[in-house]
Amino acid sequence: MLDKNGIAKRIAKEVQNGYYVNLGIGIPTLVANFVRDDIEVEFQSENGVLGMGPFPFEGEEDADIINAGKQTITTLPGASFFDSATSFSMIRGQHVHLTILGAMEVAENGDIANWKIPGKMVKGMGGAMDLVASAENIIVAMMHTNKHGDSKILKKCTLPLTGVGCVKKVVTNLAVLEVKNNAFHLIERAPGVSVEEIQKATEGTLVVEGNIPEMIL
Amino acid sequence: MINKKVNTIQEALQGVKSGMTLMLGGFGLCGIPENAITELVKLGVSDLTCISNNAGVDDFGLGLLLQQKQIKKMISSYVGENDEFERQMLSGELEVELTPQGTLAEKCRAAQAGFPAFYTPAGYGTEVAEGKETREFDGKMYVLESAYKADFSFVKAWKGDEAGNLIFKGTARNFNPCMCGAANITVAEVEELVPVGELDPNQIHIPGIFVQRIFQGNNYEKRIEQRTVRQRN
Repeated sequence: MLDKNGIAKRIAKEVQNGYYVNLGIGIPTLVANFVRDDIEVEFQSENGVLGMGPFPFEGEEDADIINAGKQTITTLPGASFFDSATSFSMIRGQHVHLTILGAMEVAENGDIANWKIPGKMVKGMGGAMDLVASAENIIVAMMHTNKHGDSKILKKCTLPLTGVGCVKKVVTNLAVLEVKNNAFHLIERAPGVSVEEIQKATEGTLVVEGNIPEMIL
Repeated sequence: MINKKVNTIQEALQGVKSGMTLMLGGFGLCGIPENAITELVKLGVSDLTCISNNAGVDDFGLGLLLQQKQIKKMISSYVGENDEFERQMLSGELEVELTPQGTLAEKCRAAQAGFPAFYTPAGYGTEVAEGKETREFDGKMYVLESAYKADFSFVKAWKGDEAGNLIFKGTARNFNPCMCGAANITVAEVEELVPVGELDPNQIHIPGIFVQRIFQGNNYEKRIEQRTVRQRN
């Protein structure tokens, strides 16, 4: 079974040379730490920066340079700043190649819910609806089940949707799943996790074809 | 040169009344018009509709207006960091319209650019699209969103000149340029106000035509929401 860093490490393998990538808040932010350093990748943050670097050293924080999670950041050579409309032109115009974000629920038809629990939590969608409606390539980083052990990989989302039919791939603490033809296709197992365990934790339709390899991290 | 400079914050906010719709720049607490917010609290205007990506934190930014219950309706994309906001929203005291961030930016930009509405894919099939016109283009579905209408727009820039030309710094730029010229009156506060001729015309982010009033801001706190650092090896 993977921890949050393990999920991020596995997703980092999906990042290819020449990609502009938008990372959501939480596990997705960790992906930047594991991208191979022999490829050229630029990270976009939707509040208005391309070419995000690591967190600043203590004492070098700049209140005017933050990411979408409101964390202080640095920029790398070649970075640029821009306004919010330009930022979402990059996203809506599909100039950003890959979007990695978290979710509360994902359904077998590619629907995603991650912005609201009616009556309990209403924080807002931020940029998530623009991102999922536009990106060609969306990977969801999430835990397979919630803290009560209930599956978050569902036949149908129960929470208000963020986007419809948009998720292509899900990486969880248990598995890598491809979302197509109204089903989750099991691609890889997390180290030490059996197909049966994944099946048990998955409420949505799970397609298992042939031998499912263990992830190589 | 048409001089946009005003000398006092009172002059800058002249005409702001209860019940008005205001745009306020900033992302989180980054690049917010701190001086204008402080003055809005002092003015005590109420029943405001505020268009701003976030709603501040409990004791800073738009949170200060929420504390005084001056806001009737908040239009934002993310409001997660504010307990008082959540309390007022759940109790029904505060009306909240959550809008996807890119749509919010574009609704400002559309107002600035003279477009009454535009189609966006964001929110299609979700509750955000309920009651809105949808249309298919090249096999993909889009939602019709209209431009905002606002009385005042309050923005914060790094440098500006007396002609109202603005230059922003870092990610403090965010929604500020999109809101310039998107309301009847745009008021810009700057960290450094310089005489005309001192800014390089090649480096101007927002031309002064989009700004009606500009003033030298004071005492910027620039509070950091998530101070995140790495260790030196």
